[in-house]
Amino acid sequence: MRKLVAGAIPLLAALVAFLIGALMLVAIGASPWEGLKALVDGAFGDTNALAVTAVKATPLLLVGAGITIAFRASVINIGGEGQIVAGALLSTMVALLVPDLPAILLVPLVLIAGLIGGGIAGAIPGALKAYASVNEILSTIMLNLVMVQLMNYLLRGPLIDPLEVEAGTRIPQTERLSDNAALPTLIEGTRLHLGVVIALLAAVAAYVLLWRTPLGFRLRAVGHSPEAAKAAGIKVKQSTTAALAISGSLGGLAGAILVFGSEGQRMVTDGSSAGFTGSAGFNGIVAALFGGLHPLWTIPSSFLFGGLLTGATNLQRVLQVPAALAVALNGIVVVFVVSSGRVRERLEQFTSKRAELNAALKDGDS
Amino acid sequence: MTPPPPQTGPPLLEMRGITKRFPGVIANQDVDFDVRAGEVHTLLGENGAGKSTLMKILFGLYQPEEGEVLLRGEPIDITSPSEAIDARVGMVHQHFMLVPTMTVAENVALGIKSDRGPLTDLDAVSERIREISEAHGLAVDPDVEVWRLSVGERQRIEIVKALFRDAELLVLDEPTAVLTPQEVDDLFVILRRMTEEGRGIIFISHKLHEVMALSDRITVLRNGRVTGHTVPAETSRENLAEMMVGRAVKLSPHRPDVTPGAPRLKIRGLSVVGDRGTRAVDQVDLDVFGGEILGIAGVSGNGQRELAEVVAGLRKPEPGTSIELDGQAIDSASTRERRDLGLSYVPEERMRDGAIGDFTVSENIILVDHGSEKFSASGLLNFGAIKDHCNKLVEQFAVKTPSIETPTSSLSGGNIQKVIMARELSAGPAVLIASQPTRGVDIGSAEYIHERLVEQRDRGTATLLISEDLDEVLGLSDRIAVMFEGRVVAIVDHDDATREGIGLLMAGVFDEEPATT
Ligand SMILES: Nc1ncnc2c1ncn2[C@@H]1O[C@H](COP(=O)(O)OP(=O)(O)O)[C@@H](O)[C@H]1O
Ligand SMILES: [Mg+2]
Repeated sequence: MRKLVAGAIPLLAALVAFLIGALMLVAIGASPWEGLKALVDGAFGDTNALAVTAVKATPLLLVGAGITIAFRASVINIGGEGQIVAGALLSTMVALLVPDLPAILLVPLVLIAGLIGGGIAGAIPGALKAYASVNEILSTIMLNLVMVQLMNYLLRGPLIDPLEVEAGTRIPQTERLSDNAALPTLIEGTRLHLGVVIALLAAVAAYVLLWRTPLGFRLRAVGHSPEAAKAAGIKVKQSTTAALAISGSLGGLAGAILVFGSEGQRMVTDGSSAGFTGSAGFNGIVAALFGGLHPLWTIPSSFLFGGLLTGATNLQRVLQVPAALAVALNGIVVVFVVSSGRVRERLEQFTSKRAELNAALKDGDS
Repeated sequence: MTPPPPQTGPPLLEMRGITKRFPGVIANQDVDFDVRAGEVHTLLGENGAGKSTLMKILFGLYQPEEGEVLLRGEPIDITSPSEAIDARVGMVHQHFMLVPTMTVAENVALGIKSDRGPLTDLDAVSERIREISEAHGLAVDPDVEVWRLSVGERQRIEIVKALFRDAELLVLDEPTAVLTPQEVDDLFVILRRMTEEGRGIIFISHKLHEVMALSDRITVLRNGRVTGHTVPAETSRENLAEMMVGRAVKLSPHRPDVTPGAPRLKIRGLSVVGDRGTRAVDQVDLDVFGGEILGIAGVSGNGQRELAEVVAGLRKPEPGTSIELDGQAIDSASTRERRDLGLSYVPEERMRDGAIGDFTVSENIILVDHGSEKFSASGLLNFGAIKDHCNKLVEQFAVKTPSIETPTSSLSGGNIQKVIMARELSAGPAVLIASQPTRGVDIGSAEYIHERLVEQRDRGTATLLISEDLDEVLGLSDRIAVMFEGRVVAIVDHDDATREGIGLLMAGVFDEEPATT
C-alpha cells in the first residue's frame, strides 16, 4: 500500500505538468481539451497508436532498466547516447559481415553484438572510475561525443552505402541491411516488433539480476555501503565496472533494436546522436527516475514517456501548434518528475552514497 | 570512599517526577533524581535505559512532558543548552559534539561569549586549554584539528570544554569508555577534586567496577524507570547488574582450559602507515594459536584498528610484512581470498564496515557467503536455503528482530552486532579478528557475544580480540598483548595479568626492552 502511494506521487507531478501544458495551449489560442484529446488519441487511441508508443518506449525502457542497475550500485550513467550508438554500430557491422546467415541465427547475433558494443562503451568509463578514479559523469558524457564522431566517420566512410558513392549523393548511411537480421513484426499492419518484447524481458531480467542473483546482490551491497561490502570480501572495483558495463549493454541493445526494428533497416546519421537515438539515452534516465529507479516500474513509466512522444506528434498535426510546444511539454514533465519529493530524496541519497563509493574506490585495493 | 558530605541547604539539583516520551517509547517515567553539592551521583543503566534522555532534559535539549527541575532550590525552566551553561551546568556528551574541521581551541571557543566582542581571542583560549589540560593531566593540543584525533582524544576535549566553562554541576555521559585505567584513575582524581571544591557531579556509566569506585550514591534506571537507589558500601557488582538487567547475570564467562595447538595466524614485521601519514603500526610480531584468544589491550589510536585492517586485507602494509594463515602466506591475498581460507572479521565500526543498514537481516547474514554453492544455484540466489540458514542463525544467536526481512538499521546496536557475529562465526573460522565486539552493546548481548567467542575458541579458532574495554580483554584472553604507539610493548599471560600492570603498559610505562612472544 505504501508502495502504491509512493508510486502515485510522480503521477501527480505529471498531472501538474499536463495542467501547465494546457495553460500553454490556452495561451497560444488552442483548445486545451482538444489538445489533450489529440495527445491521448495519438498515444493510445488505437492499436496502431499503441504499437508506435510501444516502439518509442522500447529504447527508453532499455536505457532506463540499465540506469536502475547503475544507480543501485551508486554509479550514474549519462552515456546512454554513446552506448546506443556503439551497440548499433557493432550490430550493423555484424549484419554487414555475415548477411546471409539465416534469421534464426542472425537476429540473436545482431542483438548480442548490440549488447557487447554497448557493454564495451559502458565498461570503459566503469573501469576508468574503478581503477583510476575518473568521474563517470564526465567520462560517459565525453564518450557520447566520441561515439558520435565515430558513427559519423564510419557512416561517411568505411560503412557508407556503395550506391551513395556511385550516385555521388554521399548521404551518410549504410546500405539496406540483410532482411535476415530484421526484427520480426508481431502484429501485421502495425510497427510492433520483437524489440518491444525484448525490452520487456530485459526490464524483468534487470529486476532478476538485482534481486535474485549473487552479482546483483554484490552491486546493491556496493551501492549501499562500499565499506561494508569491502570488509565482507566483495570486490568493489570489479562491481563498479560491471554495473556500468551492464548498464551500457542495455543501451547497446537498444541501439541494435533501433537499427533492426526500423523501417529503413539501416543506420543513418544526421551528424548528431539525437538524430539516431531520439535522445533515448537521456530520456531513459528520466523514465527510470519516474519509475522510482525500479526496473519493473520503469516499464509503465517508459510507456508513458513513449506515449508523450507519439501523442505530441499527433498534437502538433491536429492542432497545428508549433513543434516546440511538444518539446516544452516533455521538458515540463521532466522538471516536475525530477523535482518531486520522492525522486529528489532518492537523488540526494544517491549523491551521498556515490561520494562514499568514490572514497572507497580511492583508498582500498579491492 | 568519602561519605557524602552533610546536607546543608537545598540540593544543587533536583529533578522531580520527570516523564519524557518518544514515539513508541517512554524514555523516562516519573524519574526522581537529585545531586548535592560535593558528591558524585551515578546514574547506572543499560543502553536505552533513558540516562542520556534525562541528562538532555537537564541540559535543555529535550523538554519533559511532566515533572520539574530545581537548581539550588529554585525551579528552573531550561530550554536550551546555552541556558544550562549560564546556570553553570556542564555536559560531556556521550556522542561528541565537536566540529571535525576546526581546531581544538576553536571547538572550545565555540559558543563562548568573549569580553572582546565578536572576536574570540583564540590564543588566550589555547593558553587556558593548556593550563586546564596541564592541571588535570588531560593531554590535549589546542592547535590540532579535531578530525586528526582519535576517539579517546576527542573525549578528553569534551571534558576540557566543560572544565573550561567552570561548570558547578558537571554531567559526564559515559566518559570513561575510551580511557585507559590510569586515565580513568586520573579522571576520578580530578572529579574528586571537583567535588571537594563543592561541585556536584553526575556520572553515567555501565561499567560496574567504576561505578563502585567513584560513586557516593547510585541510582539505577531500567526501561525509563528508577529501579533502585543505593550506595557502594551496601551493594555489589552482581547486585547492581541485577538491578540494571532485571535478572541475575554472569559477569565473566566460563573459560575451560584449552591447550593451544599450532599457530594459525602468524604475523611478522607488520608495519603500516596510517591515515595521518605516520606509522600507525611498527614492526609487530604476533602468533595466535588455535584454541586461544589473544587480546590486544591499548588506548584507541595506538594502531589496533590499522593492525586489524591489514590482517583483514583492507589496508596495505609496508613491504617486509609477512602474514600467514595456517602456514599459507596471505599478505598479498585479497580480502575475498583470505576469507576463503577461513578468516573472519568483526570490524570495529559496526554500521560502516560490519553491516549494511539498508539491507535486511538475512541479506547481512549472507553478505560474505552469498556466492557460495550453499546459497546460490545456477546463477540464482537460493532463497529457500538462505531463509532456513538465516532463521536458524537468528534463533541460535538470539537476535531480537521481528523477522529476517527487517531492515538491519532498525535493530538495536546489540542485535546488529549479533547479526554480524552470527555471520562471521557460522562458518567456523580458522582465524577470527574481533574488534570492539561489545562496544555500545547492552549487557545481555555482550554476555552472549562473550560466550560465543569463548565457544569458538574452544572449537579451535585462533581469535585476535581487540578491545578498549580492559575488563573484556582480561576476562576473555588467554594472553594479552599491549599496544602502545603502534608497537606491541608486552605480551602477558592471563594468569600474570593485572589491571594495574596492563594499565601501566597501555599508558606507555614499560621497560625499554619490549617483551617477546
Ligand atoms: N530523539 C529520540 N527519538 C526517539 N527515541 C529516542 C530518542 N532519544 C532516545 N530515544 C529512545 O529513548 C530510550 C532511552 O534512550 P537513551 O536516553 O539514549 O538511553 P541511554 O542513554 O540510557 O542509553 C531508548 O529507547 C531510545 O531509543
Ligand atoms: Mg546514553
